[in-house]
Amino acid sequence: MSVLVSSTINGDNIEFACEPDETLLDALRDRVGMTGVKEGCGTGDCGACSITLDGALVCSCLVLGAEAEGRSIETVEGMSDGNTLHPLQQKFLEHAALQCGICTPGFLIAAKSLLEKNADPSEEEVRYALAGNLCRCTGYDKIVRAVLDAAKQMRKA
Amino acid sequence: MIETNLSLAPHNERDLILEYLAPEKTADAVKLLAKSKGSVHVLAGGSDLLVRMKGGYVEPDVIIDIKRIKAMQDIKKGATGFSIGAAVSCAKMGEHKALRKAWPGVVEAANLIGSDQIQGRCTIAGNLCNASPAADSVPALIAAKAVAVIKGPKGTRRVAIEDIATAPGKTCLKKGEIVESIQLPKRAAKMADAYLRFTPRTEMDIAVVSAAVNLTLGPRGVITHARVALGAVAPTAVLVPEATKILKGGKLDDEKLEALAEICNAACRPIDDKRGTIEFRTHVAGVLATRAARLAYTRAGGKL
Repeated sequence: MSVLVSSTINGDNIEFACEPDETLLDALRDRVGMTGVKEGCGTGDCGACSITLDGALVCSCLVLGAEAEGRSIETVEGMSDGNTLHPLQQKFLEHAALQCGICTPGFLIAAKSLLEKNADPSEEEVRYALAGNLCRCTGYDKIVRAVLDAAKQMRKA
Repeated sequence: MIETNLSLAPHNERDLILEYLAPEKTADAVKLLAKSKGSVHVLAGGSDLLVRMKGGYVEPDVIIDIKRIKAMQDIKKGATGFSIGAAVSCAKMGEHKALRKAWPGVVEAANLIGSDQIQGRCTIAGNLCNASPAADSVPALIAAKAVAVIKGPKGTRRVAIEDIATAPGKTCLKKGEIVESIQLPKRAAKMADAYLRFTPRTEMDIAVVSAAVNLTLGPRGVITHARVALGAVAPTAVLVPEATKILKGGKLDDEKLEALAEICNAACRPIDDKRGTIEFRTHVAGVLATRAARLAYTRAGGKL
């Protein structure tokens, strides 16, 4: 029997129906059309499906769609302000902090979550905070530099 | 409002008879657990359950989500110590200043589980009931003399953490029973704990060996009470009662540390696998116990 779920996704009230054992990752992608949420491992190891759920950074592959009832979700689709990219998105482009791009939405959400808690992280803190996100292209260095640069810009703003 | 796709094509090939239930009271969860038939699973953080579902290791008929239960959502500080609700995420424990100050070892153990993403979901009650011998928070809770408050059809019972897991993946919980909270004793000055683990990587790994030490000091750094527990060296995390006798009375000196390492080595009954040999695990258990003891001792105000 399917479950009817009502959530706030990137500020919009959204209703979707999903199966009781369907992950929030699958529900977001297949029911709501939020394909910015990526599936990598599906077991909470790679972070490609990172979202925030009531403000907490989580892997949406380890959340059931049914659990999202009444909760607030943020995905990469809600990051830019219209056509103006979020500073993190802009810095990822400038630093070429992506290649294939599959991991990028997860990195952006995890980095945003970090900067909301810590506006001036050290390189080590960035590396620890992003330890739950895997990237097989960049070697991480460009990602870490992009996050540090975005943090610097956001502190000035 | 974004248009959503409400089509309901079966999501997987298995017959979908699964029920998802999210009670708001512990008593309702107990009733549901007691009457549900088939494969019934409690969902706390989901960081173990959903992985096992994905892998096809479990096919639940009923999932009972406990995160809407009020009594399980908070960390409470009372006259007898801290109460940590079964649905409290490990990230929340790390953000709780008073808890961190009173139980640094328990909090660091809880915060070692997985990435920030996992921390946002995982719980110590889930870590306990998953009953992995390598569970990070469990040795720290055992050393802390923590107690699980279990609600069931016959009422409430309080069980020492070391008595919960009975074998890998198995607990002493009976049909209808659920852990509502985990209670940590009250703390005073000159008490501290520490937890250390060995993993081949610095982050995002499962303990190959772990050790937790909880100490109480009297005047002049004399140890008046101690509890030591080890993880990943036996089918369940183990309390090492003999270590209490060794550490009690006197300061933490080299003689005590040597005896502690020996008694911890003797308490190990590990497996041999690709992550660590029996010999390695046994040796490292002693090393980690002495390091954790030194850390707990200095945290409690003792001078080495």
